[in-house]
Amino acid sequence: MAEQIRFIQGNEACAEGAIAAGCRFFAGYPITPSTEIAEYLSDRLPRVGGKFIQMEDEIGSIAAIIGASVGGLKAMTATSGPGFSLMQEGLGYACMAEIPIVVVNVMRGGPSTGLPTKTSQGDVMQARWGTHGDHFLIALAPESVKETFYLTIKAFNLAEKFRVPVVMLMDEAIGHMREKVVLPDYESLKIENREKPIVPPEWYKPYEITTDFISPFAPFGSGYRYNITGLTHDEMGFPTNNEYEITQKMDKLRDKIMRATSQIIDYEEMYVEDANTLVIAFGSVARSAKEAVEYLRARRRKVGLFRPITIWPFPEKRLAELIKRVDQVFVVEMNQGQLIHEVRKVECYHKKIFGINRYDGEMITPNQIISKIREAR
Amino acid sequence: MKVQEVEKITKKRKPAVERRKEPEHPLEPWLRMERFPHIWCSTCGIGIAVTCFIEAVKKLDIPREDICVVSGIGCSGRIAGYIRVDSFHTTHGRAVPFAVGLKLGNPRLKVVVFSGDGDIVAIGGNHFIHAARRNIDLTVLYINNFIYAMTGGQLAPTTPLTAVATTSPYGNYEHPFNLPLLAASCGAVYVARWTALHVRRLTNSIAEALQKKGFSFVEIISPCSTLYARKNKLGTGLDLMKFYHEHSVIAHGADPKEVDIQYQSEIKVGKFVDIEKPSYLENYNNYLKEKLGDQFKPYGEFHEEEH
Repeated sequence: MAEQIRFIQGNEACAEGAIAAGCRFFAGYPITPSTEIAEYLSDRLPRVGGKFIQMEDEIGSIAAIIGASVGGLKAMTATSGPGFSLMQEGLGYACMAEIPIVVVNVMRGGPSTGLPTKTSQGDVMQARWGTHGDHFLIALAPESVKETFYLTIKAFNLAEKFRVPVVMLMDEAIGHMREKVVLPDYESLKIENREKPIVPPEWYKPYEITTDFISPFAPFGSGYRYNITGLTHDEMGFPTNNEYEITQKMDKLRDKIMRATSQIIDYEEMYVEDANTLVIAFGSVARSAKEAVEYLRARRRKVGLFRPITIWPFPEKRLAELIKRVDQVFVVEMNQGQLIHEVRKVECYHKKIFGINRYDGEMITPNQIISKIREAR
Repeated sequence: MKVQEVEKITKKRKPAVERRKEPEHPLEPWLRMERFPHIWCSTCGIGIAVTCFIEAVKKLDIPREDICVVSGIGCSGRIAGYIRVDSFHTTHGRAVPFAVGLKLGNPRLKVVVFSGDGDIVAIGGNHFIHAARRNIDLTVLYINNFIYAMTGGQLAPTTPLTAVATTSPYGNYEHPFNLPLLAASCGAVYVARWTALHVRRLTNSIAEALQKKGFSFVEIISPCSTLYARKNKLGTGLDLMKFYHEHSVIAHGADPKEVDIQYQSEIKVGKFVDIEKPSYLENYNNYLKEKLGDQFKPYGEFHEEEH
């Protein structure tokens, strides 16, 4: 397939990115503003040998994609705030049982039914801490339609490589915005697939503690005949109450992500070398923030931008280096202040850290950011 | 891992699963003996259900790597861990949607759901009715002991009127579910009910259900001596078995509307529904082939080539 020029929505780019990454199963439930992903895939998947199913609810949707992933397919679901709340149970299961899945959350205003048609970034903390118990997962936030396409591929690659659920934190503005995208030749993309065991069945330990804490994953039906459970389990996948085995399992879940942050974390920087004011923004808000930074730079204000692309694990190491050099930090987000807590964790005492927030369902404008930065001086 | 590394490991270490040469138990190749003793109480009917299931699978000669057992939470949820096939112990009430995903993920697999009364009709009711409506090719073996046993004997949606549970200390005043009726009205192609006493008929029934294309459902009435019988002063598990012997009536082809169970009264057992209807994937493949023509690769057949 040659390159294609398309004028598509963020939601459609996400769905097409999934196809490019090798996703062959989608289960979902209609919810504004993510529905276009399901609509697009219901048309596209049957033509590429995949399967689309509209489930009875979001709990069933995430359960079905976990099942399909265990059956050997790359699987995805898409939802928004209220549905994402329902999916937390399955998300925890995928963390514990180490099943690779991709969950797209096109964020809308909350809590509860909230603002179905308006944009928001209110699920930053829910993506990280929504399900119960200690757990580690990956969350990515795109800022444009083009980036949505490539980040969806990255989401599948990370899920497959680390056997972990990956959350795509889009927002309504990205989901419904149309932009020009040049779709590449899919053959040229770098696609990761889960590592399959090569040992004979009687030697297979489904949750073996390896050097990188990632165990090879045998799909069901391949003759390995093992057990998968959401109970805390030993290396063989059977429930355990042994203190040593429990600690080992919990450490494995943490270390497979936290020791590989250099492979996972991605961010974008603008004018940070000589900046004395740092603006931190992600998702659609980063577009306004970029405009504001360019405007202020043109007026000789030393403003820089840091845009985390990987929201979880949070790029705190790089941010700590940057924050050391600046006097002021502005965290711009469409909520009452969620990511700002992570920034304060990095540097909580000496710096002036301000939030620029908006949570009325409308986008943060460049002017709002510019005036806040000017006021603060 | 590289092949050399694997060779190094297989030479040095013991296999993860060691098998004795002489089986101690006739079902040993099918059971994970290293997991025994199991967690079920003595005189529980779940062990009987497991034995009948394995006997049915042996009778049909289904290759072991093609069978997957999916279960939810509760006493019956633990079944998955004891059968030596690919087994999937899922979250409470979600065994059916996990199984739906697994079946669609690899249509070659024979997916069997083991589930209890609280699991499948209380928390998982919605998933159950929709899987039956879609006629997805699954076999649901539903173990009904009339109570939440794993959590200590609380009221279940199947607890008969007036029966005592820890959360209905004065006796149950809620109308219970009639599961064969629910399954039949939602579109299941095979609906049967047996008690844990009817081992031969139950085995045959499970074998029939496994061969059926579409959503098949077998209810297994199972004694719970530790909670249901104790709370209601019905004696031991053996007494419950005697009760089944005296009070079960074989009524093949009975109208599912008339098979509801009252407290300590007649239990109608038998095969209530056995119909032919295109399954979910058959419908999908036929219909999209017609609509999309050559652009469409029949799902499932495509998958088999890959595996």
